[in-house]
Amino acid sequence: MMKARGTKVWALLASRFGPGLALLLVFCFFAVADAIQPNGGTFLTARNLQAMLISSAPVVMAALGATVVIIAGGIDLSAGTAMSLCATVLAWVLLKGGSIELALVCCLLTGCLAGAANGIMISALDVAPFIVTLGTMTAYLGFAKLVADETTVRPPLESVPQWLNGLAMPSPKPAWLLVAPGVWIMLLMALVLSAVLRYTVFGRHVFALGSNEKTARLCGLNVPALKVAIYTVAGLFIGVAGVYEFAKLKVGNPISGIGLELKAIAAVVIGGASLNGGRGTVLGTLAGALLMQTILSGCTQLGLSNPIQDIILGIMIIAAVTVDQIRQRRMA
Amino acid sequence: MAAISKSFGATRALNGVSLELRAGEALALIGENGAGKSTLMNVLSGALAPDEGEMELEGRWYAPSGPHAARLAGVAMIYQELNLAPDLSVEENIMLGQESSYWGVLDRAEQRRRAGAALERLGHGNLRLEMPVSRLSVGMQQLVEIARALASEAKVVIFDEPTSSLARADVERLFDTIGRLRQEGLGVIYISHFLEEIRRVCDSYIVLRDGEAVDRGTLKGTSEAQIVSFMVGRTIAELYPRVPHTPGETVLSIAGLSGASKPRDASFELRRGEILGLAGLVGAGRTELVRSIYALDAVRSGRVRVGTIYPSATPKSRIRAGLAYVSEDRKSEGLAQARSIADNVTYSRLSPYSRGGWLNLKRRGQAVAGWMRALEIKSDTPEAAVESLSGGNQQKVALARVLHQGAEILLLDEPTRGIDVGTKAIIYRMMGELAAAGKAILFVSSYFQELLQVCDRIGVMSRGRLREIRPAVEWTEESLLSRAIETTE
Repeated sequence: MMKARGTKVWALLASRFGPGLALLLVFCFFAVADAIQPNGGTFLTARNLQAMLISSAPVVMAALGATVVIIAGGIDLSAGTAMSLCATVLAWVLLKGGSIELALVCCLLTGCLAGAANGIMISALDVAPFIVTLGTMTAYLGFAKLVADETTVRPPLESVPQWLNGLAMPSPKPAWLLVAPGVWIMLLMALVLSAVLRYTVFGRHVFALGSNEKTARLCGLNVPALKVAIYTVAGLFIGVAGVYEFAKLKVGNPISGIGLELKAIAAVVIGGASLNGGRGTVLGTLAGALLMQTILSGCTQLGLSNPIQDIILGIMIIAAVTVDQIRQRRMA
Repeated sequence: MAAISKSFGATRALNGVSLELRAGEALALIGENGAGKSTLMNVLSGALAPDEGEMELEGRWYAPSGPHAARLAGVAMIYQELNLAPDLSVEENIMLGQESSYWGVLDRAEQRRRAGAALERLGHGNLRLEMPVSRLSVGMQQLVEIARALASEAKVVIFDEPTSSLARADVERLFDTIGRLRQEGLGVIYISHFLEEIRRVCDSYIVLRDGEAVDRGTLKGTSEAQIVSFMVGRTIAELYPRVPHTPGETVLSIAGLSGASKPRDASFELRRGEILGLAGLVGAGRTELVRSIYALDAVRSGRVRVGTIYPSATPKSRIRAGLAYVSEDRKSEGLAQARSIADNVTYSRLSPYSRGGWLNLKRRGQAVAGWMRALEIKSDTPEAAVESLSGGNQQKVALARVLHQGAEILLLDEPTRGIDVGTKAIIYRMMGELAAAGKAILFVSSYFQELLQVCDRIGVMSRGRLREIRPAVEWTEESLLSRAIETTE
């Protein structure tokens, strides 16, 4: 009996911290491999770690939104193009002489609207989320190109305030922040989302919907409204990612976000969520996104070419899900 | 005469059960859900390997490595849910997994001959072999499965609740088919809940309870009461504890309720402190009626009045009006299987634990633990996933939700299906106590005996119509059945 309980505790630990442990292992591997190679030792520098966090931020932000959507049993393929649409809108408002406040509001609102549109169509048309967001993925790209007049929107440099410029700066000002303010915003978002999923009625309803939509209906949940709310929340996260993307690029590029949605989904899945819904954690998603970034960055430090990085990342995704499924089966 | 004898001894599900089946014999396997019938048959048909015990088929040692090996050896199982490829033709389905071929190239002529011969032996040589099986009735689809068993030279055919989804005429045809199998010298094992049916089809029986064979013999000269008491392991009085209750004023009135196809023009009234039963065969429209009352299914016409109000047509507003629904299908609808007991109990009413949308999980956990004690839900913690519980405990979670909701009107759709006898007794007692506390209960069941024992009044449905409601004392199993199989419009 004691032994049975012991293994149960281990299984629970593994399922809760599995992605984190994997991250730690991979991180240590690259740290050692880099340290022992000739003229290595650049992986474990503050500069490299700061850079890693900065480049992972947009994926993490989009992946946080995707976590909610995937736990609820949905999927959002439009996240990438919606993000560049948000960034492009931000740049366009600045270009047209709007204030930075107005530009930010428009950017976040665009994200929410894009998400809400997904949710409304999924609910009202009763079409699978995969199909609806596959459609809006292309449509949002079109909207972004329209706003940008099929080029890149370059707002005047003086219209961008200092703090926005500093959002994605590798070495932050003031220095006691350690990492760029954008990374702190990302962590704060993760913390808030984690609490919302666990401690609010909305969070419980998200899990209920993803675990069994019929049960949710039977228990009197307003399923269509809930779906709209979920995709709108995801849209808000995408809007924030759009702000960050703009801060990084300083321009509104309508195609910069293409492919981001798949990285976000990969991060969520590596983090232990199920594409069937009902399962997933913010911590897992965070670990998943950082794991992918660590592999990319580590491979670069080791001098492995870009194609090799992609192959390793691909294998990583399949391996993560396989390991998770074996674990699930053993738990059952 | 080929004699087959088998004996197994698995740890819990089956405890040293042995049985014997002769060629041409039809043996009834009787038992409550969870008695070990399926486990025993899964061992016989190769889906499970026994921990202990041995099997012999036609005097030879028989230990199938899987269902396919069992089928090659001559044991075929017809499951309740048919195993057909709906888009393939009759011929392709019969020959699936046993195709005639030269080096992988199909021998169509031989295929057609064997499939046709199998159907011929069942008296259905006229069935068109090219027809996709999805275009056949459920009864004819079942026939195709039986033909598949014949084409593989089966010696033993196992039927698992074969009549549960069949229309009356199809049932007669099935009995005729089983008769033919026996004449050809095949052994038949027949699993069913319906004792009348068993009397028509079988000559001998074996009763399983808690994984052990508790009684066996020939059906001739054995009374129904004897079989039931062995099956249940307790007397009727223990199984159906009586809690006195008296009906009060009307709380739910249904007037002319019609759904997309079922129900049709249903009207009735339900009173406080009353248990109203809904009897009928599978597909009679009872579930559809209950779902339309709860607004889970769309309604074409008719009114649902709760007390003095007409709540709007969403489950949410029906819950607010005091209704609660326990689904017949706790796996795919009633419960979010991967979520915790606490989540499942409180999904329909989180308000006592939330302030401004934020939850007090500690208070909720304590409340749920209270319900778990009250209903004897066996689990260490309210945070355990529902899928880790037994069927009976899962059903108690579904009932706990309804109680936690504080509903005044309980719509219970087959609440005792697939659970053990002990839990059934708890549920019957609970229903009585709820009625005594002034709740109104609508109780849907296919099991006439429990309706007769538990309800104050019973209504019978067939073909989507609510035929007649009478006090329970005025009904018998026979009169319920004769109303339930009525086919007039």
